Amino acid sequence: MKSTLDVAAIKSDFPIFKEPMRGGKRLVFLDSGATSQKPIQVMDAERHFYSTQNAAVHRGSYYLAEQASEAYEGARASVAKFLQVKSEEIIFTKSATESLNLLAVSFERSNGRLRIKAGDEIVVSELEHHANLLPWQQLAKRTGAVLKWFEMLPDGSLDLSRIDEVITSKCKVVAITHQSNVLGSVPNLEPIISAAHAVGAVFVLDSCQSVPHQPVDIKELDVDFLTFSGHKALGPTGIGVLWGRAGLLDLMEPFLYGGSMIETVTMTDATWAPSPKRFEAGVPNMAQAVGLAAALDYLSTVGLTNIHSWEMQLTEYALKGLQSIDGVAVVGPQGLANRGGVISFTVDGLHPHDVGQVMDQYGVAVRTGHHCAWPLIRKLGLTGTTRASFYLYNDFSDVDVLLESVQGARDYFRKR
Amino acid sequence: MELDSLYQEVILDHYKKPHHKGLPTGEIQVHHVNPNCGDEITLSLAIRDGKVEDLVWDGAGCSISQASASIMSELVSGKTVAEAQVALKEFTEMMQSKGNFLGNEEILEDAVALAGVSKFPARVKCALLGWMAFKDAAIQNGAEL
Repeated sequence: MKSTLDVAAIKSDFPIFKEPMRGGKRLVFLDSGATSQKPIQVMDAERHFYSTQNAAVHRGSYYLAEQASEAYEGARASVAKFLQVKSEEIIFTKSATESLNLLAVSFERSNGRLRIKAGDEIVVSELEHHANLLPWQQLAKRTGAVLKWFEMLPDGSLDLSRIDEVITSKCKVVAITHQSNVLGSVPNLEPIISAAHAVGAVFVLDSCQSVPHQPVDIKELDVDFLTFSGHKALGPTGIGVLWGRAGLLDLMEPFLYGGSMIETVTMTDATWAPSPKRFEAGVPNMAQAVGLAAALDYLSTVGLTNIHSWEMQLTEYALKGLQSIDGVAVVGPQGLANRGGVISFTVDGLHPHDVGQVMDQYGVAVRTGHHCAWPLIRKLGLTGTTRASFYLYNDFSDVDVLLESVQGARDYFRKR
Repeated sequence: MELDSLYQEVILDHYKKPHHKGLPTGEIQVHHVNPNCGDEITLSLAIRDGKVEDLVWDGAGCSISQASASIMSELVSGKTVAEAQVALKEFTEMMQSKGNFLGNEEILEDAVALAGVSKFPARVKCALLGWMAFKDAAIQNGAEL
């Protein structure tokens, strides 16, 4: 079923759309894959926290500290409800990048089945954002573990033909994205997750590009860890979410040491609080957690199924439009199958920076370059792409301006 | 159009037909990248009798980075290290001026066409890429810059 969003009403919640861009043009924001814009409800939630509840959580014995703790833990409960998991399985981090680094460092320090040591194998894919490649690549370098990966095919899917060679009995962890941030392609994860579990490895899902845009069923996916960043989901910057299976989190050593994450401390030793506190050293980003809860409420009210359906309609329209422009090539999946609302493309003879510069004159905000996924771009034999990504505040008129601006970029350099 | 101040004719000419572009053959080769966008340049040169010679570069990137490398190589080739240093300083100052300093044409020659770049902060690094590679290569070849 196709859903239609009341984009005019949604847009009116986002103050940024009133800001004039270069040359007075209206903002056509097609860079939500990098970060999303924020509705007033999120800003109000942060303001409300600072105005009425601000104190260090989990510390003071006074009224305001109770209020702050309640707001912060309430935000945790909201995130848990949104993901349909238990509150104690939700760890607030500063970003998805931090979540993935937390896992990699903790696995190195932990004992038991999660420990990564020399000779173990870690599996990623060529689709990964640097944030889900480098923590594992460097973990392998530090420990003597072996980094292996699934190769990408030209349509942006993963080559699973040698899955048994990639995931072997030596494999301890498999970390793969739910959706490519560059191409929008959605890899076929089911056989990978099964293969990982069959050899006793844990599966880490980078869901930065999926959780903000569509319903994600953690139980059905059967993953062990999942992370997303708040700022890509209408939430504030400085807040990320790491979900982990309760039984696994208890096996993990801390990532950062400091206040709030301890059970007992002496001058020479310490023991750790249970999860999630164990992984939240220091005064956390409280207002940002509260803002994220408001953002997830906003998304739930509009409905993730509706948002996804809407984005796919915009994507279909944009794909057809881009594919019909002479000199423009869509990179990765050409149709709607196995993709989300992200489109990468190239313009013949033009560097993406130059394309994006001309598009900016139309008020169009797109990402250009390697999108923090340099190995993927190299694999495609490109120096970069121009990327448009959609969200609930975009409509068909935005796509029209996108298409006009891409033609404008092509023609600007053609005629000169 | 504001865009025309960025993409001056001379910039596009250098982009389409870059000067001194080829396979660097010098013993010392420097490789510079702009990690934000993946623009790359490899450059080698020689310093003989205090003059910049045999400057050859190869690279991939946007029109601004490639044109700027071409303009720079045309400008400094055959000049003394001291003259190149004056040009480098003048160009760097122009790039950091946010559009307020148009550069001295007697020093910068074609490079004054890049003045408009300084109004687009995201592109300044593109324009500086080749110049920084030159500076690095000159220093590695014993020049005091």
